[in-house]
Amino acid sequence: MRNSFSRTIQTTIIFLVVGGVMALALGGYFSSASNVFTGSLINLQSWFSTRFSALQDFFTAPRDIASLRQRNAELESDVSELQAQVIQLQQQVGETQILAALVDFSRANPENTYKAAAVIGRDPSPFLHYVIINRGSNDGILRGMPVVTDQGLVGRVDAVIADAARVQLITDPASSVNVRLQNAETEGSLVGSVTGDVILELIPQDVTVEPGDLALTSGLGGGYPPDLIVGQVVNVRSREFDLFQQATIQPVVDFNRLQIVLVIVNFKPVDISPLIPTP
Amino acid sequence: MRNLIAIPVVIFSVILQSAVVSRITLLSGFADLPLIMLSAWALQEEVDSAWHWAIATGLLVGFVSGVIWVVPVIGYLAAVGLAKLLQRRVWQAPLLAMFSVTFLVTIFINILSFLVLRLMGVSVDIGDALGLVVLPAVLLNLLFAIPVYAVMRDLARWTYPVLEAE
Repeated sequence: MRNSFSRTIQTTIIFLVVGGVMALALGGYFSSASNVFTGSLINLQSWFSTRFSALQDFFTAPRDIASLRQRNAELESDVSELQAQVIQLQQQVGETQILAALVDFSRANPENTYKAAAVIGRDPSPFLHYVIINRGSNDGILRGMPVVTDQGLVGRVDAVIADAARVQLITDPASSVNVRLQNAETEGSLVGSVTGDVILELIPQDVTVEPGDLALTSGLGGGYPPDLIVGQVVNVRSREFDLFQQATIQPVVDFNRLQIVLVIVNFKPVDISPLIPTP
Repeated sequence: MRNLIAIPVVIFSVILQSAVVSRITLLSGFADLPLIMLSAWALQEEVDSAWHWAIATGLLVGFVSGVIWVVPVIGYLAAVGLAKLLQRRVWQAPLLAMFSVTFLVTIFINILSFLVLRLMGVSVDIGDALGLVVLPAVLLNLLFAIPVYAVMRDLARWTYPVLEAE
């Protein structure tokens, strides 16, 4: 009985002492001693923690780098594929826009029958302005047929094989197109040049030509159907001692970006060369 | 049999010329890839079939182009002839020979084209032709000359391995 009483007293005293020490410690009375103690503990824990982290990095980091590199390569591959898809889709969108414009053009001009063709090449000689298209006699293309885009006149078919044809552009130095100026009510002859500039010649001196006047095919000579848009007058050169005026024409078609064209397959050009007297 | 390599190479060069090189313009001029290729091929010491290549290339270019076939045939034969002539004389400086052939034959073939067009009644201004077509074409041909020469040298070594081993 006495023993159990004394143990209770001892336990109580121990609790009281421990509680008192804790209370004093929490109250800041043992700060210097507790700082030394906790500091030592923290240093020890830091030392262990650092070494453990180093060991963990040593064993796990190479695996991570390898996996990250693999993942990076996969992602780069995905990005490349997606970029290729984006370029492909952009090309398709561009082609679709061009085709939609051509369809609109053919609907707006139902009197003609068209055959669409892609431009697949250009003339190897820098002196000539020809393009090669991927439609030929198998598709009903014949020599002399006019070629247009939704914007206006491109040229005419110069040579044909089974699955391809060569088109002479209106910018070619050997090209000559009879045109009329819409506002001036006069006609002239449109000729190309080596540089790709297009000049309207044989304009009578008594006609007033203004920049901005629209040039359309006249249909004279039978080489082209009438009323196809060719371009606009940019400037006029009129000199008193010349028989005719000259005008520089800005073609409506951008010949550097020619991708898809329309061949007018129901137009039969008239060959008037036998009617022209030879000297 | 080794002459058969000319068929794909010539066709490929003409396709590349028509589809790609003709679109890379400087002013109004552009490079003549078949001409450079032929010049480089003819300058290779071991090659003995350059004349056939010139005729085949000239006919093919004449078929594709609007210019009459005589112009590229004569021009490419001239390129091979000049290359063979220079190969014997400046054999120690093949690149110098390559540049010389490219420069001279480019001018020759362009002037020939110009004269034939004038003969056919096509109005071509000589100032425009020289300044905007011939000179830019010469410059572009000289730029293309080095890589094409390297490719054709490798092709010649691959086609004529026995002679090189000797």
